[in-house]
Amino acid sequence: MSDYRGDQVESDSLRRLNKDEFDKLIKMLADQGYTVLGPKVRDEAIVYEEINGLADLPQGYRDDQQPGRYRVAQVGHNNYFEFNVGPQSWKQFLFPPKLTVGTAERDPASGWTFATPNQQPPKMAFVGVRACELAAIAVQDRVFMQGPYVDPDYRARRESLMLIAVNCTVAAATCFCTSTGTGPKCQVPFDLAFTELEDSFLVEIGSNRGDALVDQLVTVAGADLDRKRAERLQQRAAEQIRKHMDTSDLRDLLQQNSEHPRWDSVASRCLSCTNCTMVCPTCFCSSVHEVSDLTGDSVQRERVWDSCFNIDFSYMADGVVRNSRRSRFRQWLTHKLASWHDQFDSSGCVGCGRCITWCPVGIDLTEEVAAIRAEPSTNRQLPATQPEKTICVVPERARP
Amino acid sequence: MSTIPNSSPTVTKSHKPRLAVFKFASCDGCQLQLLSCEDELLSLADQLEIVHFIEASSQIEQGPYDIALVEGSITTTSDRGRIQTIRQQSKTLITIGACATAGGIQALKNWADHAEFARSVYANPQYVETLSTSTAIADHVRVDFELRGCPINRLQLIEVLQSLLADRRPRTPAHCVCLDCKRRGTVCIAVASDEACLGPITQAGCGAICPAYNRGCYGCFGPAAQPNCDYLADWYLQDRMSAAKLVPLLRNFNAAAPEFRDCGDRIDPNSDSGESL
Repeated sequence: MSDYRGDQVESDSLRRLNKDEFDKLIKMLADQGYTVLGPKVRDEAIVYEEINGLADLPQGYRDDQQPGRYRVAQVGHNNYFEFNVGPQSWKQFLFPPKLTVGTAERDPASGWTFATPNQQPPKMAFVGVRACELAAIAVQDRVFMQGPYVDPDYRARRESLMLIAVNCTVAAATCFCTSTGTGPKCQVPFDLAFTELEDSFLVEIGSNRGDALVDQLVTVAGADLDRKRAERLQQRAAEQIRKHMDTSDLRDLLQQNSEHPRWDSVASRCLSCTNCTMVCPTCFCSSVHEVSDLTGDSVQRERVWDSCFNIDFSYMADGVVRNSRRSRFRQWLTHKLASWHDQFDSSGCVGCGRCITWCPVGIDLTEEVAAIRAEPSTNRQLPATQPEKTICVVPERARP
Repeated sequence: MSTIPNSSPTVTKSHKPRLAVFKFASCDGCQLQLLSCEDELLSLADQLEIVHFIEASSQIEQGPYDIALVEGSITTTSDRGRIQTIRQQSKTLITIGACATAGGIQALKNWADHAEFARSVYANPQYVETLSTSTAIADHVRVDFELRGCPINRLQLIEVLQSLLADRRPRTPAHCVCLDCKRRGTVCIAVASDEACLGPITQAGCGAICPAYNRGCYGCFGPAAQPNCDYLADWYLQDRMSAAKLVPLLRNFNAAAPEFRDCGDRIDPNSDSGESL
């Protein structure tokens, strides 16, 4: 993994390059064996796919995001990155939706042979990673690599990853990274972070690998004026953010309001359709199951994305643990914003707003939190004796 | 890589389980899925004895049967009796497809005057003997497992047969289509366009085909577990479409599935008879 530099990047390390040089950077990464992934317009949305050059990027596009609504359109500007995060996140490349994690073959003579597929994940470069997405990758790094159980596939993908970030210069109506402290300006980890100016890019170097890339491009030292222009654009993005979530004591607030009437209200609207968890860049749940051929002699163990909103996800020997939309929504929100702190020493939310935009019925978690905060009920105080790091789950009722 | 000796050789059964396929009011599309299992069919035939499958063979054996696959809905008095006989003769009865599990598209007559339908279709309706409703097999006999879809997914059919042979629980999803859309990277058309998509309330199983081709989900696999049909309908009715368009979307291949039926009846001011059975 990259030797990411500290949070404070000296302003004299800023370099300016023209837009053709950015195109050269993409091609250079491909020449170095990277699969280069970046934003692209497909199916009325800006998605992340393989890109071959600047021409593949959504030049001139803007997105309009509202709870439960997303539209993209060309609006006349010439910039390549003047939009916000779309329906997909980078987690699809680091934590693939479907992965074969083991195989078993039975031979009449020698019996069962178990194997771990010798996966050689692609060496990837992400181009256009936003501040909230860097924060999300840092969250998933903690989940998959920094606990007692390291995910070998994630680690292999992550260690060879090149992170080319871009500072947001505009904000969507669903963005709230200023509330979660994750943006709009990019913080490490990144190898390079760009700010798109009208005629050029200003680049900040975040690692030695990033430095080596910039060395091969035609750049000039960023002038004070360039830095000010970049800061003004970053400031514009921050000022466009209208959505706010008060995160003070949020963990305690939610844990002390587990029987708040708002959970009933949200359950009447929630479809339990899993969309919020699928688009969330930090949600990491999966299921593992064995798929065999008809003879039963050849078995593949597959890991697929799963969700706490899937009724079968909490199916255990005694039945379904979370057998209502209310309990499933509460599980998701309290894990994301409260018990995540106990588990991973941070919030699970990076303020990207995807769960708000891509909820088919526009449920907005910031509004749910605000409603609970407005009328907190200390209905079920956590017992003082309860150990801090225990997450206790009690079955509500068995599946019929 | 590790190898362990074959301590328990494959259990040899005294006889191959006898499989029968039965048809009620339906289009045959679901039982054809069994024939579509081309590559797997020989392997299946190794493990099962297909003794009653009129679509595939004229050699028909009498019951009892170990596994009965039942396609179609109950629309006549004689079929109402025939399903009882099949149930009595079958150890495990599995219904396949939207007709057998929810009454099918022909359940639209539950909302209409069936005599009027018969008059408008047949020159001599007096020879047509039919019930006024189309109902699911489970409304008449105990069903051991329901396999949804219009048509069913042949891979799910294989999974169910395989699970019976291995004496384990079939693994078919209860979640909605959205999860499968996301797994395959489809952009949500319910959010990114004005299409009304039933994906958030429809059980997965098709592989989320329609949204991948920019069409809203038609609900072919029926309601997902604990669907919130009412709120999704209210959301679409706000500014996306009228009840005149949404009601027919809900009253499709799974019109009489209780959750779709009740939601359609609630938003349809003209509806009063869908529930009458």
